[in-house]
Amino acid sequence: MSILNKAAALYVTLFRNTPLLMIFIFMAVAMPKLGYTFKVVEGIEIGGWEVSAFFFRSCLALTLYTSAFVCEAMRSGVNAVPLGQAEAGRAVGLTFIQSMRHVVLPQALRAVIPPLTSVQVALLKNTSVAAVFGMAEAVATMRILTNRNSDETIPIFLAFAVGYIILVEVVSLTSYAIERKVRVAR
Amino acid sequence: MSNSVLFDAPGPRTVARHRLYSVLSVLALLALVAFAVWRLHDKGQLEYELWEPFLTPEYIEFILVDGLVKTVQMAFFSIIFAIVFGLVFGVGKLSDHRVFRWTSWFVVEFFRAVPVLLLMIFVFFLLAIGNGPLSPFWCVVAALTLYNGAVLAEVFRAGINAVPVGQAEAAYAIGMRKSQVMVTVLLPQAVKIMLPAIISQMVVALKDTSLGYAILAPGLTAVGKPIYLEFKNQVPTAIVITAIYVIVNLLLTWLATKVQKRLVGEKPILAVAATPAAAPTATTGPTP
Repeated sequence: MSILNKAAALYVTLFRNTPLLMIFIFMAVAMPKLGYTFKVVEGIEIGGWEVSAFFFRSCLALTLYTSAFVCEAMRSGVNAVPLGQAEAGRAVGLTFIQSMRHVVLPQALRAVIPPLTSVQVALLKNTSVAAVFGMAEAVATMRILTNRNSDETIPIFLAFAVGYIILVEVVSLTSYAIERKVRVAR
Repeated sequence: MSNSVLFDAPGPRTVARHRLYSVLSVLALLALVAFAVWRLHDKGQLEYELWEPFLTPEYIEFILVDGLVKTVQMAFFSIIFAIVFGLVFGVGKLSDHRVFRWTSWFVVEFFRAVPVLLLMIFVFFLLAIGNGPLSPFWCVVAALTLYNGAVLAEVFRAGINAVPVGQAEAAYAIGMRKSQVMVTVLLPQAVKIMLPAIISQMVVALKDTSLGYAILAPGLTAVGKPIYLEFKNQVPTAIVITAIYVIVNLLLTWLATKVQKRLVGEKPILAVAATPAAAPTATTGPTP
């Protein structure tokens, strides 16, 4: 089914080469013109906290953008499994599904942890772009704070920077621990 | 199908079934495209007036000169400065002196973990607002230099480490000093390995210049706003601007592949994870 192959490749190329900000502009500025305001989610309530259309749009933009990178990471993971493994699986009589399920995917998922971590860390940092479109997240809060106390710009910046660094370190250290635990000997 | 080893050679029934799947997926994709076009038409987004600005010479000039050229300039300057920054701190991380090594490590890790937008807004507040010395243009360049410089520092470090140890040993054996070994033996070879990675990093820099939108810097995203505010053509503007970004980035990627084939051969592009602590990975192309 080479047609789906090509469609997926097109999606990955397009979204990898588009700035995230443009995707946000599509979601926040262009989509309402087509009649998609995502207002339907306003009513949804999760544990006393209401989903806003803003929040949903930001999530959607980040999902579309990050998926392209996840896609690439996954592909490189499957490619990293030596061909001999799949051949061996076939040789002992496993079907396609079986050899994928028991031989290739377990190894691919382990190989995919480091690139996937990079993608997730980037996602974590990319959430900051939502600030431009009025989400009240860290960067937006920093902006308001620095506007009010303009003589304390440096300490405010450092505080937010440290916040991000802690989050990033938590993600990457966790992934490092998982990676060491499940590493495949090659 | 790259790993066709996973499949039995298809028999006639499977071939027929695959053909059916192909036809169904083509139909589904066509339906999707048709729906998108119909939706655009239905909401009047395909009207000539909305697209007219992009066929008018003055607006084309506005987009290309005030948008594309500024964007490319910002990306260019930040990459040039980032290479210098990366060179200094990448070599610093390999230094024998603990003070240099730890300072470089700290600087690199810090700027890799902080979002570019946060950095940009900080530089803007610190150096541009209230008669600051920098224009928004240079604030973007400064923020991108720090971030991409930190990433490139890792690339440089990995590149220098990728030069076979024998090269440095041979240089020491004929009596070169440490700095001579670095400058005349290791760096030229490392730069050759790294050139494609540097060009890929330009794609990242180019994409990130769009964040200058938040601090009123010039660039492609910035020229889009006055256009769609004037003509109320949000959808066409977004499509056109995105297309320009994609084309420029594809050109850069093409250049990177070309340079890589020319200099390195078929080996994969040297890439470094955009994460502190994570090991360098073999994924190619720009990280987000």
